[in-house]
Amino acid sequence: MAIKKFVVGNFDDENVLFPAVKRVRTAGYKIHDVYTPFAVHGLDHALGLRQTSLHTAGFIYGITGTTTALTGISWIFDVDWIMNIGGKPHIPLPAMIPITFELTVLFAAVGMVYTFCWLCQMAPGVKKHVFNPRSTDDIFTMVIECTEHTNVEEVRAFLKTVGAADINVQEAEAGWWWGTYDKEQVLYKEELV
Amino acid sequence: MSLLKYESSLREPLVDGDKNYHQVSEDICRPIEIKPGRLWYLGFGIALALLLFGVYSVYREVTYGIGQWNENRTIGWAWDITNFVWWVGIGHAGTLISAILLLFRQGWRTGVNRAAEAMTIFAVMCAGQFPIWHMGRVWIAFFVMPYPNTRGPVWVNFNSPLLWDVFAISTYFTVSLLFWYSGLLPDLALLRDRARTKFRKMFYGVTSFGWSGSTKHWQRFEALALVLAGLSAPLVLSVHTIVSMDFATSVIPGWHTQIFPPYFVAGAIFSGFAMVQTLLIITRKVLHLEEYVTIGHIEAMNKVIVMTGSIVGCAYLTELFIAWYSGNPYEYAAFYKYRIAGPYVWAYWTMMTCNVVSPQLFWSAKLRRNIQFTFIMSVVVNIGMWFERFVIIVTSLARDYLPSSWSTFYRPTIWEVGFFIGTLGLFFTCYFLFAKYFPVIAVAEIKSVLKTSGENYKQGMGSMEAESPEAFVHEHVAHAH
Repeated sequence: MAIKKFVVGNFDDENVLFPAVKRVRTAGYKIHDVYTPFAVHGLDHALGLRQTSLHTAGFIYGITGTTTALTGISWIFDVDWIMNIGGKPHIPLPAMIPITFELTVLFAAVGMVYTFCWLCQMAPGVKKHVFNPRSTDDIFTMVIECTEHTNVEEVRAFLKTVGAADINVQEAEAGWWWGTYDKEQVLYKEELV
Repeated sequence: MSLLKYESSLREPLVDGDKNYHQVSEDICRPIEIKPGRLWYLGFGIALALLLFGVYSVYREVTYGIGQWNENRTIGWAWDITNFVWWVGIGHAGTLISAILLLFRQGWRTGVNRAAEAMTIFAVMCAGQFPIWHMGRVWIAFFVMPYPNTRGPVWVNFNSPLLWDVFAISTYFTVSLLFWYSGLLPDLALLRDRARTKFRKMFYGVTSFGWSGSTKHWQRFEALALVLAGLSAPLVLSVHTIVSMDFATSVIPGWHTQIFPPYFVAGAIFSGFAMVQTLLIITRKVLHLEEYVTIGHIEAMNKVIVMTGSIVGCAYLTELFIAWYSGNPYEYAAFYKYRIAGPYVWAYWTMMTCNVVSPQLFWSAKLRRNIQFTFIMSVVVNIGMWFERFVIIVTSLARDYLPSSWSTFYRPTIWEVGFFIGTLGLFFTCYFLFAKYFPVIAVAEIKSVLKTSGENYKQGMGSMEAESPEAFVHEHVAHAH
């Protein structure tokens, strides 16, 4: 939780945004984030983000479900309460397939959604600073983080040259906090370094 | 990037009219931000009344017992399970559209997926009511869940298709809900950021989970959507397969059939798409979304209807053929004495007409693109699919192996019908609330296809097609790097 200073550049066309991202990164500025109204394909690569490992997590949750189902059913039928159902095999694998499959899917889906929310720091009632309320509508908002060495005016001028339509400077909480969007939050404000 | 924005002008636009990103948000959010019209209140009131009638019917059933329904020996599964299978089937189209069409990269799904997924969730909620209340002593319904208990422990029978059903339906509901809601997050954030009233700021602020539209979040969002689609695609096939096994693994003539799983899945998609048509044709008209759910979308769904309808028809004929070819006298009797003839002959031929004959009219492109005709057909198909389940369940149960246990003509009571009407009420109540408070079209997804498939953007693509490939590559690829 820290209040930081950001230079916010708003773009109205994703085709201008891409070369801009490249030039801003080459110039050595630290892009805090780019907020877009929809998934702009390739932007994650342009920003140099690594591919997400959410798939791997999903796979691990999935096999956890598979194992739970297989061991659970076998333990119940053969250890906890031994049942002889019409003299059929004790571990009836074909009959276990449907539930095993369903639990695999259930564990993978629920686990992945929880992980997704955890990684993105999302939950009901979480509040984050909105740099531009239109970044969920039609504006692509590039947010550059300032350090004590940043010349804010220089960044503003640079953003103008790469095609930002509207530029402003904001001091904002970089993380998330509990709150609702219907009232202004009075946050503990740290002194800017 | 321009290269990725090209799409052949032979393909119909997915979004009609002169739109930009902001206009898309405006069009789809407008119905949420204004007061609903008189039609909405009227529809909602009727749905609520039906729901209350259903609640009273269920109250009677719980208080006085299953005897409130006219089921008998041997027709122990009748209206109730017919309705269960019907609702589960309807749910399938939503997952098919959102999952399988996502994997197949079908652009037209963006216009219809949100409403279809909502429909899935509501349909599965309705479906779940039937087996639960049919248990009679509903307060011990949780006995179907396997958990360590003080009754032995007595565990559930994992070999039983009825238990598979419990797992299949509950998993299906959970996964559909997660898939739908995770897709809603960006659009709820859009509503939050547009909100002017205190209630909307609070409501969409809480429900949007603090979505910000960060690039990293979008990357994870897309990964999540893709994996959930990959999981849901086999899931949707498994659910109706397992429902069909409730019948197919028994030894009742007319049920004991290996063709059931694919036949049920095709039937489910068939009826589900019909219900999507019914809902969307009304929704697009009332909410003025004709430019997002275009005739092209309706035609695409009608193509799915004619295909799955033909698969279902093929399955009906196969059943008849095998009943004769197998030489099994009970199978033969089930089909030739008690389905195409016998006391339920009207149900069988209603089913045949609605499901096999009438969808064939959709081979005509003119009829496929006719909205009134599509609407009527969508209702006809769902009536037909209801009769299909009725025919399968009731005709087979009415004539058992022993003539002594043959039962008389089965006729539902008003409370049995009331329960079904109540689920219709539940379904439409939920759908009306959804259409009022949530965006019925996936805004972010429409925006992501807008520049390739929007009408105004496609008009600019003619010049691109006139270019020579070398000039095209020079202009659009070389400069991208």
